[in-house]
Amino acid sequence: MLFQPAVIALLLASAVSVAMLLAASPFALEVIRHWDIKSGSERQLTLERRTYLFSTLLGFVFATQLVSLLLFVFNADKMAVMFVGAMCAVGTLNVNPFGFPALIAQIVVFFLAAAWLVVNQTDNRAEDYPLVRMKYVLLLAMLPFLLGSFALQLEYFLHLKANVITSCCGSLFSEGKQSLAGDAAALPPKLAMVLFYGALAVAVGAAAGHALTRRGGYWVAAFSAIAFIAALAGILSFVSLYIYEHPHHHCPFCILKPEYGYQGYWMYIPLFAATAAGLGVGAVQPFARVPSLEKIVPETSRRLAWAAAGGFALFALAASFMVWRSNLILLEV
Amino acid sequence: MIEVFEVRKAFNQGRHNEYWALNGISLSIEAKKVTALCGPSGSGKTTLLTIIGCLARPTSGRVRLKGRDISGLPERFLTGIRRTTFGFVFQQFNLIKGLSALDNVMLPAYPLGGDWRALRARAESLLDSLGLGHRREARVEWLSGGEQQRVAIARALVNDPEVLIADEPTANLDTALSKEFLAILERLAGQGRTVLLTSHDPLVVESAVVDRVINMRDGQIV
Amino acid sequence: MNTWIEKQKALIDFTLASLARRKIRNLGLLLVYALIVFLLASVMLFTHALRKEAGQVLANSPEIILQRLVAGRHDLIPPGYLEKIGRIRGVQKKQGRLWGYYYDAVLKANYTFMVPQPGALLVPDPGKIAIGAALARMRGLVPGNTISFRSYSGKLFTFEVASVLPHQSELVSADLVLLGEEDFRAFFELPPGHYTDIALSVANPQEVRNIATKLAAQLPDSRPILREEVLRTYESIFNWREGIVLVLLSGAILAFAIFAWEKASGLSAEEKREIGILKAIGWETGDVIKMKFWEGALVSLAAFLLGYIAAYLHVFRFSSLLFEPVLKGWAVLYPRFELTPEVDGFQVATLFLFTVFPYAVATVVPIWRAAITDPDAVMRV
Repeated sequence: MLFQPAVIALLLASAVSVAMLLAASPFALEVIRHWDIKSGSERQLTLERRTYLFSTLLGFVFATQLVSLLLFVFNADKMAVMFVGAMCAVGTLNVNPFGFPALIAQIVVFFLAAAWLVVNQTDNRAEDYPLVRMKYVLLLAMLPFLLGSFALQLEYFLHLKANVITSCCGSLFSEGKQSLAGDAAALPPKLAMVLFYGALAVAVGAAAGHALTRRGGYWVAAFSAIAFIAALAGILSFVSLYIYEHPHHHCPFCILKPEYGYQGYWMYIPLFAATAAGLGVGAVQPFARVPSLEKIVPETSRRLAWAAAGGFALFALAASFMVWRSNLILLEV
Repeated sequence: MIEVFEVRKAFNQGRHNEYWALNGISLSIEAKKVTALCGPSGSGKTTLLTIIGCLARPTSGRVRLKGRDISGLPERFLTGIRRTTFGFVFQQFNLIKGLSALDNVMLPAYPLGGDWRALRARAESLLDSLGLGHRREARVEWLSGGEQQRVAIARALVNDPEVLIADEPTANLDTALSKEFLAILERLAGQGRTVLLTSHDPLVVESAVVDRVINMRDGQIV
Repeated sequence: MNTWIEKQKALIDFTLASLARRKIRNLGLLLVYALIVFLLASVMLFTHALRKEAGQVLANSPEIILQRLVAGRHDLIPPGYLEKIGRIRGVQKKQGRLWGYYYDAVLKANYTFMVPQPGALLVPDPGKIAIGAALARMRGLVPGNTISFRSYSGKLFTFEVASVLPHQSELVSADLVLLGEEDFRAFFELPPGHYTDIALSVANPQEVRNIATKLAAQLPDSRPILREEVLRTYESIFNWREGIVLVLLSGAILAFAIFAWEKASGLSAEEKREIGILKAIGWETGDVIKMKFWEGALVSLAAFLLGYIAAYLHVFRFSSLLFEPVLKGWAVLYPRFELTPEVDGFQVATLFLFTVFPYAVATVVPIWRAAITDPDAVMRV
């Protein structure tokens, strides 16, 4: 099902991102091979100027990823009408086995690009650009992820076949195929709540702790990743239920829709920002010992850690507020 | 204040038209003095000016600014140093056409992100002090040569740099205007600013304002 | 944070000034850009409105329509068929429907003759009909006039026009003729008890599929058509049409991207000199890139707004003059209808990826190339 406007747009955006990085990779190789910050030669000057192109390109890929992530989810939601039994985005994504992997791949690329940009920003503040080689190795390492994300999306859309009436046999070609309902696999609410608040509290604690003591930078990243997953699990198994005020509607996407007052954005924006910041804290830790970065890394990671702590706290508050405001009663207190 | 050691600069390196504009220059420039680089065109004085002023990097050799080695710094940091330490007055003035005198003066401060009102006030008082207060809203292409140079000087001073660099400042001025420029120069030197200029105009080189003259030829000091 | 904002403000300020200084040049780009947005937005707004309209029409139609098949072709429902269905749990109401097509040799067009369901707002008295607006327009009819149709058996029937159907529903009612049951049976010589098809209404949407299965089992010669499936088919056909048109327009998008590339890389000597000056007086490569980014963003925003508003007016005020024939035309009696205006965030996002994204891709390398001008270039004249 390629001839859908949004599908074309998504594939276009993804393909162009891949193509731009692919086209730029020979230059990245050149930077890795010939970089010599001490030299005043013209080649070194040329290489230095190329680095500006790369940061711009990566920033561009990052922004594109953000827009297409949103569009991907919206598109899935819009297309739900076309598949028997699909009530919303979850159903559409379940139509074939590539849907959710494609979504996850996009989220991964998003966070990878964010982490790279954090490393880049840090490096740009040190006068001798100590991480240049490392940065461009990382950039090349990111290419397969981008390619993979594109391939998954392509597979997903190629294997989408709408259940459409054909002129001869009318309807009912899909009897008993009820597996696409909006019921995503969900944890029991009580367990999910414990996990949700537990993981978020640990992540906020770790981030704030790091900001104050400068210790445990890697833990911030690890707990941020865990908190991200726990948060999604929580949204899936209980927050969404409270928002929809319906005991069986587990969709993590419908909360982004106008019917539910766009409440999802209040949760997803802080959540994604906090996770990106938390992962960024981890991303700069390996370079804390580099002489010219000794001052810069702690400062950057302290700021990111505060952002992560604030973001996760805000997310938890938003989610709790939505639960508190709801008329649904899931747990007897 | 500024020390230059064995600086060489090549253009079109590795190509058939390779050309060494500077061939091992060593010198030091004192703070709060007016220094003039003097020599025929092609002697490398402008190239040396760009290296001292952090506009370009030497191919080899070292440059120290207040004891700090800046010769190996990437462009990003050279720019950072340049915009707070050096102010430039170019031979062609290099004002941006279509913008008012005031806008032109404010331009160097835009990337610094300071308070806009304070910046505007500073630019206005600079123009006032150079006797251009009444022309601040005029487009620069409507100004006379002397007025354009004064706008360029105001622009060079807007970030309050320690060093003012001027490339052939009197090349496009007649004698009366050149004298006017020297008067401004004297005032700035009196305020304790370091001034570095290139010139082969005897009027400038022989003027009392200039504390020291360095003669150059073929990329070397003579 | 504050310095960051002040800096962006200053950069935007400068960008606006330099855009204004090169009015003619930028106006050309803006117009082409806006034209592309206009074209794509028109297609999208139009198909979206059509889809919406179709959905609204279907919203009032029954959940299940049961047709009888004879030799794989749609056939009349014979007497007693309705009773054979019997009681099925979940079915609120079942009713035979009467409708058919009539070819009018005068207009060389097909009309749909239909008997309104009992209890509908508009049930014409015997000898009277209600007609669609397009039909009324083409034949010059107003309420009170009479009109004659020669039936398929050759007899001439004369009806009085009781009313013209409201304008809003014209997309579906353009060629519609509503008449009473007796008139219908007499005109088409349809014996009592026969129906065109059967409409069933079902209260619980989750039950629809089960009921259809039961019907198919009970009446093997029938074909149940579900509303949700019609909706699905419409959706996918509209999307497909829209997609095809966009693919056809991709040539235009590409041309635009090349144009933008040209514009961005073919900086005038004046502009190059300006960037050189900016770098010489203390702007960093990154600052110039940011300034150019703001320039692109402002131009895009202006073009997007301009194109989108123009498309909105085109589709909802001027009835999509430009491509009505391509996207709509399926009948001789041309519906003249006003679409319900609707702006959809999803659509705006898609449109954004189709227009701003190619522009950004086309300009990123030229911008970078302009920004890396040597800072000392202006001194080497």
